[in-house]
Amino acid sequence: MDFTTIVFYLFAAITLGSGAVVVFSRNIVHSAFSLLFAFFGVAGLYVLLLADFLAVTQLLIYVGGILVLLIFGVMLTSSVIDVQIKTGTVQVLPALFIVGALAAALLTVFWSTEWKVLPDPPAVDTTAPQIGELLLTTYLLPFEIASVILLVALVGAAMIARREKQA
Amino acid sequence: MLDFIQWLQNPGLGHFLLISAVLFSFGIFAIVTRRNAIMVLMGVELILNAANINFIAFSRYSSGSFDGQVIAIFVIILAAAEAAIALAIVLNIYQNFNTVNVDEFNQLRD
Amino acid sequence: MTQDTILLLAVVVLLLPLLSFTLLIFFSKRIPRQGDWLATSILFVTLFLSIAILWGKLLAYHSDVLQTTFTWVDFGHVPGIGPLKLDLGIMVDNLAAVMLVAVAIVSALVHLFSIGYMRGDVRYGRYFAYLGIFSFSMLGIVLTNNFWLMYVFWELVGLSSYLLIGHWFEKKSASDAAKKAFIVNRIGDIGMFTGIMILFATFQTFSFDAIFGAIQGGTLPMGSETWLTTAGILIFCGAIGKSAQFPLHVWLPDAMEGPTPVSALIHAATMVAAGVYLIARTFAMMTAEALMVITYVGAITAFISATIAIAQNDIKKVLAYSTVSQLGYMVMGLGVGAFTAGFFHLTTHAMFKAGLFLGSGSVIHAMHHALERHGDHHTDPQDIRNMGGLRKKMPVTFWTFLMYTLAISGIPLTSGFLSKDEILAGSLAFHELTGHSLIPIIGFFVAGLTAFYMFRLVILVFLGDHKESSRSESIHESPATMTIPLVLFAILSFFAFFSPNPFGAADGWFFEAIQRPVSVVPAGVAAAGAEMFEEALHHSHTTAMILSLTMAGIGILLAFATYYWKKINADAIAGNVKPLHTFLVNKWYFDELYDVTAVKGTLVVTKVFRWFDNTIIDGLVNGAASWTRAITLGTRKNWEEGNLSAVFYMGVAGVVSSYVAWLTGSSLWSAETGVLQGAWYVVVGLGMGGLTFFLFYAGVGGFDNRIVDGVVNLVAYLAGFFGLLTRRIQTGKVQTYIAFVLLGVMIFFLWFQ
Repeated sequence: MDFTTIVFYLFAAITLGSGAVVVFSRNIVHSAFSLLFAFFGVAGLYVLLLADFLAVTQLLIYVGGILVLLIFGVMLTSSVIDVQIKTGTVQVLPALFIVGALAAALLTVFWSTEWKVLPDPPAVDTTAPQIGELLLTTYLLPFEIASVILLVALVGAAMIARREKQA
Repeated sequence: MLDFIQWLQNPGLGHFLLISAVLFSFGIFAIVTRRNAIMVLMGVELILNAANINFIAFSRYSSGSFDGQVIAIFVIILAAAEAAIALAIVLNIYQNFNTVNVDEFNQLRD
Repeated sequence: MTQDTILLLAVVVLLLPLLSFTLLIFFSKRIPRQGDWLATSILFVTLFLSIAILWGKLLAYHSDVLQTTFTWVDFGHVPGIGPLKLDLGIMVDNLAAVMLVAVAIVSALVHLFSIGYMRGDVRYGRYFAYLGIFSFSMLGIVLTNNFWLMYVFWELVGLSSYLLIGHWFEKKSASDAAKKAFIVNRIGDIGMFTGIMILFATFQTFSFDAIFGAIQGGTLPMGSETWLTTAGILIFCGAIGKSAQFPLHVWLPDAMEGPTPVSALIHAATMVAAGVYLIARTFAMMTAEALMVITYVGAITAFISATIAIAQNDIKKVLAYSTVSQLGYMVMGLGVGAFTAGFFHLTTHAMFKAGLFLGSGSVIHAMHHALERHGDHHTDPQDIRNMGGLRKKMPVTFWTFLMYTLAISGIPLTSGFLSKDEILAGSLAFHELTGHSLIPIIGFFVAGLTAFYMFRLVILVFLGDHKESSRSESIHESPATMTIPLVLFAILSFFAFFSPNPFGAADGWFFEAIQRPVSVVPAGVAAAGAEMFEEALHHSHTTAMILSLTMAGIGILLAFATYYWKKINADAIAGNVKPLHTFLVNKWYFDELYDVTAVKGTLVVTKVFRWFDNTIIDGLVNGAASWTRAITLGTRKNWEEGNLSAVFYMGVAGVVSSYVAWLTGSSLWSAETGVLQGAWYVVVGLGMGGLTFFLFYAGVGGFDNRIVDGVVNLVAYLAGFFGLLTRRIQTGKVQTYIAFVLLGVMIFFLWFQ
């Protein structure tokens, strides 16, 4: 058991534990906050996979952006007075059955497939330069399209969310 | 048994796939069971994270190139756009129907 | 400029007018001034780029053909043919480069002119959009290097001419003219399409180079020279339609219903030029016989329309028939082998005919406003008998118009003289080589007619006094956007742009750039080669010049004597040859002829078909139905009444009719029936009849009620059952559906594991 292995299990536990809280908690605020830890755990896993740039991006965008958005959504849509912060669930039993089967299937596939594994995975210092180069060469067009999509999403979100009461 | 302990002691591709599979199932479960639209969104985020873990794990262990990481970046970008739009829609629905339960709004206009 | 630059520029030139179209058709309402400045400036950019292409092409790659192709569809290995690919592409040779500039000049100046002419039109923006797609399609024809794209753009030209001629579609005559132009063009296009398909069937390619190369290599379409001639003439059919040659010239005068700048565009640069350009492109594969057909069609066209033009009183109609006549000249020129001359005339004619139309537009514009100011809605603003004396009122229009008239009449120092003279010399050389003397006779006669009717137009419109002196006060010169194009076209009608020598076009850059392509057809069926032709041309040059000048001079003198000095009374002459005059005024009764033959004929054929369908086909079906009905009803009634012998007779009738039906049906299916087969049919027919009998006997109703209805009801019951079953899982909740999707995914996992 070297240090990396311990850290891996730590982050895995954080990720899966908070993921479970997200899904099974009855209180939506608890769910939202444990989602933060789940994202954090995933970021840690990225670091272990030597994807430093992505780990930072994960923290910045998911934790800093998306999660804040979600919490805003929670706060704006749950009326604070008649506290309906607990959220109901539907069809738990069939869902448990189906999801359990799905998880089993996925695990079986992952387990039984002979994945191609490089004999010794290349050790890299930092990934930002390579990713930057790829983004501006091979993936230039998707990159530009993604920027347009973000712009459209921005405008569209503002447009949709605008409170417009017609006469 | 010894093999299994050996396996546990050396985290590799399989471990990450396992985590991603469990995370994915969590996300699906949230989508299928929760009534609150925002919870459904959280489930979607979990699924996207699970997919990203797979991309990066394969990029590290199987391909040796950075394409997987670039794709992961695009996934994150789309997740951000999706979250913004979805929340805007949820807010709009909340204004019109005074509820965010996905099984209660069933018409496109009021 | 490198070759790639030129090709790139060519693509840009092709796409710019399309850009103009796309922008204007969607956004013209939101652009200031409905986007007229945008379309016009785009076309001027196109013009400058085209000039740059011509410049670069002539200076750097004088005798090269620049091409680029790409594979459009790769069919792979087609059974029975082998590997089949469709390559498309563009080509810039000298012909295309010159044509590019001609089209761009006319189109750009027509855009400029339209700003003034179309001001306040209801569909102002859309008009400019259509001008854009018109130019786009024409440039496509010019730049293509294969028959396929040529045909596509050919049809696009047809479409855009339809849109523009019918621009004022509220007017019935305008929408009719648009339809006429479209349909008449289709007739020619069918021929062209057939021709292309003949070539494609043999060569499996659309590329000009590949087809010509294969013909030169000895492969003939369908393996015979006759088919080569046929293919050539069929392709020429397309040119007959688009270039308004006899017998499909009837659409062009009607197309005057469109706005006048559109007429200028159609007549000078885009549509009618396409036909001549097509002949020039395919010149190399034309056999001597095909060229003979082309020559005679051109000559007949030139003659007929020149005679009609004399008797017309509408300013635009006169110009329309003069265009048809000049097109006949060009086609004749190409046909006799004076390739360069024919194409040269296309270019020079484009300049001065565009000018003539824009000038007439200017006159009509002025007349229209003057009439409106006087509250006169009855006088026709286009009738030359209502004009006169416009020289002082509209000096720019007059002087430019005079310049174009000199050019079209073939007076020295003009560009028209150069090109016309070359064609006439070519026709003389043709006479010398083949002995067909009718061609030069028609050529020179038409030259005189042209000078006559054009000067008649000038004298009646501009000289003398105005018919209504009160009206002439309110006639004014047109605005600058309209006069500037007029002046530019007038300048371009001078000889100096084409040749330094006012009496010999052959010294100019044009004749150096455009060389007659070497014929690829087998020597036995080829027309006289270029050297022989040049030799003959050399003899006839001076003769042609003197003759054509004489004819033009006679024409002009006659025009002045008749309409200016009034020495000759035109009405008296017209009265003396009344039938001839009526014949000419009515345009040789072509429209009436086509109405009686083609239109009425089609109607008669459709009536026959309709009768056949209504009476024979419907009669058979209905008759069978009522016969069956009669038998069944009769059987049942008699059965219920206990009248057994009647039932028996009914049964026999059923058997016989089934047998007859069976025999008819089988003999329809196969013409030859052996004895054994016939016997078999009899057995089967009897069996069928027996079955029919049995069914009647048992009561048709019972079978129908129990068996047929039973099956239907069973199906309905089953459908209802499964409906109930599946209804229970249709909860209407998205999440349930997602769960089912997951179930589906699981099934896939199990299936493919």
